[in-house]
Amino acid sequence: MWEYITQPWPWYVAGPLIALIMALLLLSGRRFGVSSNFTTICTIAGAGKASDYFNIDWKANKWNLVFILGTIIGGFIAHYAMMPDPSVKLAAGTVEALKEMNFESPGADFEPARIFTMKAFSDWRAMLILIVGGFLVGFGARYADGCTSGHAISGLCNLQFPSLITVVGFFIGGLTMVWIILPALFNN
Amino acid sequence: MKLLRYLLLGIFFGIILTKGQIVSWYRIYEMFRFDSFHMYGVIGSAVVLGMIFIQLSKMKGWKALNGQPFQLISYPKGWKRYLIGGTIFGLGWAMTGACPGPLFILVGNGYGMVLIAIGAALIGTFVYGLVGRKLPH
Repeated sequence: MWEYITQPWPWYVAGPLIALIMALLLLSGRRFGVSSNFTTICTIAGAGKASDYFNIDWKANKWNLVFILGTIIGGFIAHYAMMPDPSVKLAAGTVEALKEMNFESPGADFEPARIFTMKAFSDWRAMLILIVGGFLVGFGARYADGCTSGHAISGLCNLQFPSLITVVGFFIGGLTMVWIILPALFNN
Repeated sequence: MKLLRYLLLGIFFGIILTKGQIVSWYRIYEMFRFDSFHMYGVIGSAVVLGMIFIQLSKMKGWKALNGQPFQLISYPKGWKRYLIGGTIFGLGWAMTGACPGPLFILVGNGYGMVLIAIGAALIGTFVYGLVGRKLPH
């Protein structure tokens, strides 16, 4: 059993378990949505002084901050106790494309070292990815009023048309980044 | 003590997204290249099962444990904010290879560098709070 658990989980295990998390949160009287935590953290940090947008009762979202704390612990447990082999078995086309962009041994480790380790500090492109990418995630999530969990999971599950439009937007942005901007950034 | 429930659900969620490799930058890149079915299988099966659960709950009148109706999400009509905001989010998602959940989960995975991305996401949230009202919605 443990042998199977420590292997990478296939989509038909991970996907249904995500649906289970959503269902358990609904049964607990809550709603699955991660990016609202960014707003809550801004509010706690005092952003309400700069904009009414942050004048919310953050205590009502305490449960979600605890949930996020749990995800960090879960990531730690899964990474250090349940992952003897950190490689990611990527499709051949993906490996080729990444090699063309000078990524070293794509998929050999869980994350590309040039972006996710200290190496990033000596590569302006990696810093650009972390800073600009992070900014766009935070800004876009509030502009669209939800992220992957709020729109792609909670919204689509409840047959929300606005969520479908948002997911189309996710793909317009994602495809532009992967097919046009990232190659332009890394191919020089 | 009620909060403990959310801690446990969060731990479970962090394990699922790590073991399903959904938090890996590589998997998101691969998804937007349409090279693998993995991420489509993950999101697709989660949505289909979640949809069945919610439709069943509506037919059967299921309630949350506190006796209240489910807090189902319902978005106001419109398209501008969803399309533009979604596109901006998608650009960021494909850059960092992580949406908000995975950003936090990656901290637990030991990738301290994502703290930079989380900091930037908080700034992005703050800037939206300042200028959001002036944007088309």
